[in-house]
Amino acid sequence: MTYKKTIIAGACLSAAMFVGALSTDALAADWKSYATPNGHPLGKVISGYEFRSPETQALQQDDFENPGFLWVDKGEELWDTVDGTEEKACSSCHGDAAESMATAGTHFPKWNDALGKPVNLEQQINICRTKNMGAEAWKWESDPLLSMTVFVRHQSRGEPVNVAQNGNMSEWSDRGKKLYYERVGQLDMACASCHETNYGNRIRSDLLSQGQSNGFPTYRLKWQKVGSLHRRFKGCMSQVRATPYKVGGDEFLALETYLAYRGVGLPVETPAVRQ
Amino acid sequence: MSKPRVKLPKTASAGEVVQIKTLISHKMESGQRKDKSGNKIPRNIINKFACTFNGKPVFSCDIEPAISANPYMQFNARVDESGEFEFTWVDDNGNVSSAKKKIKVA
Repeated sequence: MTYKKTIIAGACLSAAMFVGALSTDALAADWKSYATPNGHPLGKVISGYEFRSPETQALQQDDFENPGFLWVDKGEELWDTVDGTEEKACSSCHGDAAESMATAGTHFPKWNDALGKPVNLEQQINICRTKNMGAEAWKWESDPLLSMTVFVRHQSRGEPVNVAQNGNMSEWSDRGKKLYYERVGQLDMACASCHETNYGNRIRSDLLSQGQSNGFPTYRLKWQKVGSLHRRFKGCMSQVRATPYKVGGDEFLALETYLAYRGVGLPVETPAVRQ
Repeated sequence: MSKPRVKLPKTASAGEVVQIKTLISHKMESGQRKDKSGNKIPRNIINKFACTFNGKPVFSCDIEPAISANPYMQFNARVDESGEFEFTWVDDNGNVSSAKKKIKVA
């Protein structure tokens, strides 16, 4: 009996500490949030920006100091660079990126009829390269692909994320949802374990965000460079000691599709700066 | 090394102290890390940065391995006459990156 009581007291104590941690860390009132549509799993969506330290936020705010802009510059150069057998550059068809790509960064992953599945921005860039330019596809996570993705998505900065979830896309979104709530790895954790149930709480020294994708590809201080969303997925999976899926593969594509829906309405921040 | 980013005002009044910001992409390999097979990755960092104005030195520094990737520098300079700032970065492999920026004294 005493043993049982001790356990209950212990449980209450840890619960109290947990709540205590919540009230000191979670400055919820300061977070800029956006309302969500009916049936959305989150009451409001909050960008990962809000969870970062003032220093990191300042780095993102200044378009000069933000190191992600090194990749924007490289992408801008590549935009006008002729490549492949067709002797075309991106600008040959798309013209001024500021105009033609003004909302492109908000609605990927997007359904592709020819492939019969959604494609994300990286894949779309490579489809353009191989199909229309007669150039070689860029390798996943390679510098040119990251630069171009950052550059294109940057054109939509400030525009709200708006990814189609209906029709053909719903199947992929559902698949992504399943992955989001599926516990994996030795630590038996799902995406939702941190990013839905516990955002605003600390996991060791790190403040958990909602795990939104609106800033990707993002400059991560830990990486010391820009990285793709799939690289981040891989990192998360390794951290819960699961075997990561393949970057650019269907599992991550489904997850990316569902994640875009979870962040619907958030402004695109590419290139964001994260810890 | 890629094209560096440099920011300073286009015009200034004589004797004005202007702020100069520079950012360059470099992986700044410290020489402390090992690759997958356990071999030391050789050090490759930008070890020198220098800025001149109309050929005269304004600011320069030696950079050590503790500086993180994509080094950012910010410093001030007094401008007495119109002219051109020149910036150079040199890394361990001898690669040199440079940039020029004009300023007009009104």
